[in-house]
Amino acid sequence: MLNLAPQDMQAIWLSAQVAAAATLLSVPFGFMVAYLLVFVRLPGKALVEGVVNLPLVLPPVVVGYLLLLLFGQSGVLGPLLQALDIRIIFTLKGAVVASAVVGFPLLVRSIRTGMEEIDERLLLASRTLGARWWDTLLTIILPLSGRAVLAGMTLMFARSLGEFGATIILAGNIPGVTQTIPLAIYEYTNTPGGDRMALSLCLVSIIISFAVLLANEAVSRKFRQRATR
Amino acid sequence: MNLDVAVRKHYGGFQLDVSFRVTENRCGIFGPSGSGKSTLMHLLAGLLEPDEGVIELAGETLFDSTRRINVPPEKRRIGVVFQHSHLFPHMNVRRNLLYGWRRTPEPQRRIDPEALARVLQIDHLLERGVNSLSGGERQRVALGRTILACPRLILMDEPLSGLDEELKFQIIPYLNKVFSEFAVPLLFISHSLHEMRLMAEEVLVFEAGRMQQRLPAEELARRSLVTGSRGYANLLTLSDPRPRGDLWLYRWGGIDLVLTEPGAAGDNVFELAAKDITLFKRHPEASSARNILPCRVEGIFGVGNRIGVELACNGGRLICQIVPDSVRELDIRQGAEVVAVIKASAFHRLY
Repeated sequence: MLNLAPQDMQAIWLSAQVAAAATLLSVPFGFMVAYLLVFVRLPGKALVEGVVNLPLVLPPVVVGYLLLLLFGQSGVLGPLLQALDIRIIFTLKGAVVASAVVGFPLLVRSIRTGMEEIDERLLLASRTLGARWWDTLLTIILPLSGRAVLAGMTLMFARSLGEFGATIILAGNIPGVTQTIPLAIYEYTNTPGGDRMALSLCLVSIIISFAVLLANEAVSRKFRQRATR
Repeated sequence: MNLDVAVRKHYGGFQLDVSFRVTENRCGIFGPSGSGKSTLMHLLAGLLEPDEGVIELAGETLFDSTRRINVPPEKRRIGVVFQHSHLFPHMNVRRNLLYGWRRTPEPQRRIDPEALARVLQIDHLLERGVNSLSGGERQRVALGRTILACPRLILMDEPLSGLDEELKFQIIPYLNKVFSEFAVPLLFISHSLHEMRLMAEEVLVFEAGRMQQRLPAEELARRSLVTGSRGYANLLTLSDPRPRGDLWLYRWGGIDLVLTEPGAAGDNVFELAAKDITLFKRHPEASSARNILPCRVEGIFGVGNRIGVELACNGGRLICQIVPDSVRELDIRQGAEVVAVIKASAFHRLY
């Protein structure tokens, strides 16, 4: 039933790479942004919040186009990237950037929810016991929001696996270079007689997503056990 | 302890404006909820910033609004035991206990964790997670955690009010042992008169964001005979319970008292309401009450229809509450001989 061409294997491998890279790169930033939003009193917090959440409500195609304006050769960062000899558009990096931007709000939201559940008085207690703010961050906030970070990573990974709109604009649909699973499925459905192949990739997509959810559940259970021991 | 405080803090329609100096090692802050006790604690610990004023501890300025000094909480070395222990849920008992200890510079670590765990009787819990502990155990761990940070002053914010009524006072002996053995100055915040009398020498009375008066804990209790709704309670330390028939015999100073409640070996603290003591002019010969004590009147205080009579009974002291008519009929005045009669069931064990 699973009938995969070498090109499909490449698409699967690229998808995994893109989703993993986008998620791992975003986690430290997502954690810091969530920390700022929850625990730090700063002016213009609503604005920061709006900017972070924007990709969640914008059509991914719009996000992709804005990224193109930012990273393209004649874009805002174009000359800088050229000087550094970095190419974002139509490369795997572009796919990673697109996924990272689109998935970031989901990550931040999830971590934030977890942080908001932390009893603030625990943080006060740690301060009176001699912990500096970064000490409290590492020894109290980080472990207590571990489950939320994990949930956010899962969400973001899954979202990245399915990223289509922003990716196709920023990274294009180049087989073997930037063609991830959704892009490959799109191409199959546009090819006469490609339905069977599209279905196979859909199945792969379902299997991967399911595996991610199961893994998340298992690790999250471990966290919970540790917390209630 | 040498604590100088003069602070003002305004927030949400509430104004705290106090200034006092504490030199006693055990001071109580007493007042109803909403009187500013907890706000004061947060200001002292550095968890809240005063609008203006000065806080000095042992000669060091912790806060001064005019000189723009505000030492952050982690540098103040003021420990806090919160109402609900606030143990770190992701750490076991040992890691909770050592959290502050590990963050204390080596030369300042003057308390041995092992010894403290033994005093608090939590040495068998060290590897346990904190979520499976009972309320009393949690509060003992929280106390140990604070003490091990070797603070110069410990603030306790209603540490007993989160505990069950039955077990509430059982933590007091631990507190007493810890504070006398490890000699840490204590500021004890509570709205309970009993706790004040058991924990503090001097009491600062707060009301509506201001300090109303300061007086010894015992004096505060005597005033409650007149003003409090529950009247005065004698707190008696009785020792060595021995069974006698269905009852228990306790040693109190030079005499034995008969009680219905069993106790633990060694010292037990009992509460005896002043109005549960009846006075007789002469020995009643036969009475249903089991304790008949000849006493001498040491003093009389109180106003209106509540008169407190201070009695000396063979070394021990009792306060008994009666009405003015009885004072006249029994001819009670200083030096008079009376007989105090107390039922065996009138004693209520605190711990």
